[in-house]
Amino acid sequence: MFREITIGQYYPAESTLHSLDPRVKLFSTLMYIISLFSFDDPVSLVMITVALICVIKLSHVPFGFMIKGLKGIMVLLIIAGAFNLFLTPGKELVSFWIFSISDVGLKNAGIMTIRMIYLIVGTSIMTLTTTPNQLTDGLEKSLGFLKRIGIPVHEISMMMSIALRFIPILIEETDKIMKAQTARGADFESGGIIKKAKAMVPLLVPLFVSAFRRANDLALAMEARCYNGGTGRTKMKPLAYSSLDQRAYIVIVIYMVVFYLIKAVI
Amino acid sequence: MSLILDHVTYKYSSGTAYEIKALDDVCLTINDGEFVGVIGHTGSGKSTLVQHMNGLIKATEGHIYYNGQDIYDSDYDIKDLRTQVGMVFQYPEHQLFETTVFEDVCFGPKNQGLDKKEQTLRAYEALGLVKMDEKLFLASPFELSGGQKRRAAIAGVLAMKPAILILDEPTAGLDPKGRDDILGMIADMHEKRGDTVVLVSHSMEDVANYVDRIIVMDQGKPVYDGTPKEVFAHYKELEKMGLAAPQVTYVMNDLKAAGFDVNCDATTVAEAKKEIIRCFAK
Ligand SMILES: Nc1ncnc2c1ncn2[C@@H]1O[C@H](COP(=O)(O)OP(=O)(O)O)[C@@H](O)[C@H]1O
Ligand SMILES: [Mg+2]
Repeated sequence: MFREITIGQYYPAESTLHSLDPRVKLFSTLMYIISLFSFDDPVSLVMITVALICVIKLSHVPFGFMIKGLKGIMVLLIIAGAFNLFLTPGKELVSFWIFSISDVGLKNAGIMTIRMIYLIVGTSIMTLTTTPNQLTDGLEKSLGFLKRIGIPVHEISMMMSIALRFIPILIEETDKIMKAQTARGADFESGGIIKKAKAMVPLLVPLFVSAFRRANDLALAMEARCYNGGTGRTKMKPLAYSSLDQRAYIVIVIYMVVFYLIKAVI
Repeated sequence: MSLILDHVTYKYSSGTAYEIKALDDVCLTINDGEFVGVIGHTGSGKSTLVQHMNGLIKATEGHIYYNGQDIYDSDYDIKDLRTQVGMVFQYPEHQLFETTVFEDVCFGPKNQGLDKKEQTLRAYEALGLVKMDEKLFLASPFELSGGQKRRAAIAGVLAMKPAILILDEPTAGLDPKGRDDILGMIADMHEKRGDTVVLVSHSMEDVANYVDRIIVMDQGKPVYDGTPKEVFAHYKELEKMGLAAPQVTYVMNDLKAAGFDVNCDATTVAEAKKEIIRCFAK
């Protein structure tokens, strides 16, 4: 049941997007988000939409996967949309009972909803086409300059990759322990909130014990291989740009230039 | 009284890109009082199969009948089935959570709604069956050795007095002595109480000595089902599946190939010894 969680889920496939360097994807996503939050006219919207559709086509990921993330924020989206719609002052378009919709409100609500949806879909494409390891590698390399001001970039990214790696392991472990206790007659579903909280003890205690055991084992294994942080450490698969990545950078720069030209003209 | 699997198919992550068909149209009957071994290499669907037997996972297709009743009927008491069909998971020691071994063993009976006195009696009996040292009854389960933890966890299931006991690789990760102890204990119990036991393992050697029926799983399907003698007769095919017959099967077959007039039926060392002596005595 826990396997349905899709945060940062990777979709294995072969596509142009999958083979891009993670730094390119991080940079492009950042540019995309900037353009998304600075558009306010229909022409720019068309341009962003076309770009998004092209990227979706290039990713070879089924569309259903990208909008999975939307389900989670549906409620948030509706509430935020409603607030914008009803509570923005401006020229009144329609009104009934205590509600009234203004022209500004309608526009704001529309733009905000589009931004949220595009944001989720866009970032989902990045995580769906990049493995968590590539992603942290890319972040470490891109943020490497922060090392000079004393921020332990390598250690933080190592922590991130370990945490990401542990999510599926702990989910699987939870699933197993839950099954084992269910087989002994434990009941996780029925009863009030106190009974439910009590029912979690047989699940949480073994889960914590196993998490600590795994953390211990991992620390020992890392130490046994002489891990001592980032200095002097080399990579098995060092990140290197290919000509495809260079072309991708050119495309994204052209995208931004055209985007701001349109904005300036309109 | 029996457990019947009728055309059971199971897919993990059904309907996604990660879909895996773990069971493929399985039809099986587990009869009362049988000692059944389920064998197959890793990933052949053994664990998935046995988890269907007490309703922990629901078949994507097909039906399961326990004592003639369909366990997927909406008015079927699935909780009752779970006390009838006891399940010892792989690495069962990972489920221990109470402050003492004794209380942990009481967890199952407590969930069955038994009173305090009955719980205590059940726990005593179960811990006795797994030959747990009385000094350890009040120890923390986390202080025990690996083998002792496993016994405590198995006792936790036995205390529920299931009519069918399923053990998923109960000897994984134990040393040879620990393995023989646990298997001997299970065989002992089966003999004394006459209950049904399903023993999952990936080692032929493990089960050959104990069970009276072997089901060989391969790619989600039972491919052989019969007495150890019948199944090991296919030792060449078993090898192709990544399984090996017990070593004595090879010894006997080699002897026969070398011209000795032996019968290749022997599955345990004791039987093989008898057969070889008989052959040479002539
Ligand atoms: N929780 C799960 N989610 C997805 N796939 C699983 C899960 N558990 C097992 N599988 C897959 O199902 C198949 C059968 O697994 P399993 O029944 O555990 O085999 P065995 O116990 O014989 O090693 C394997 O291919 C395995 O990868
Ligand atoms: Mg298994």
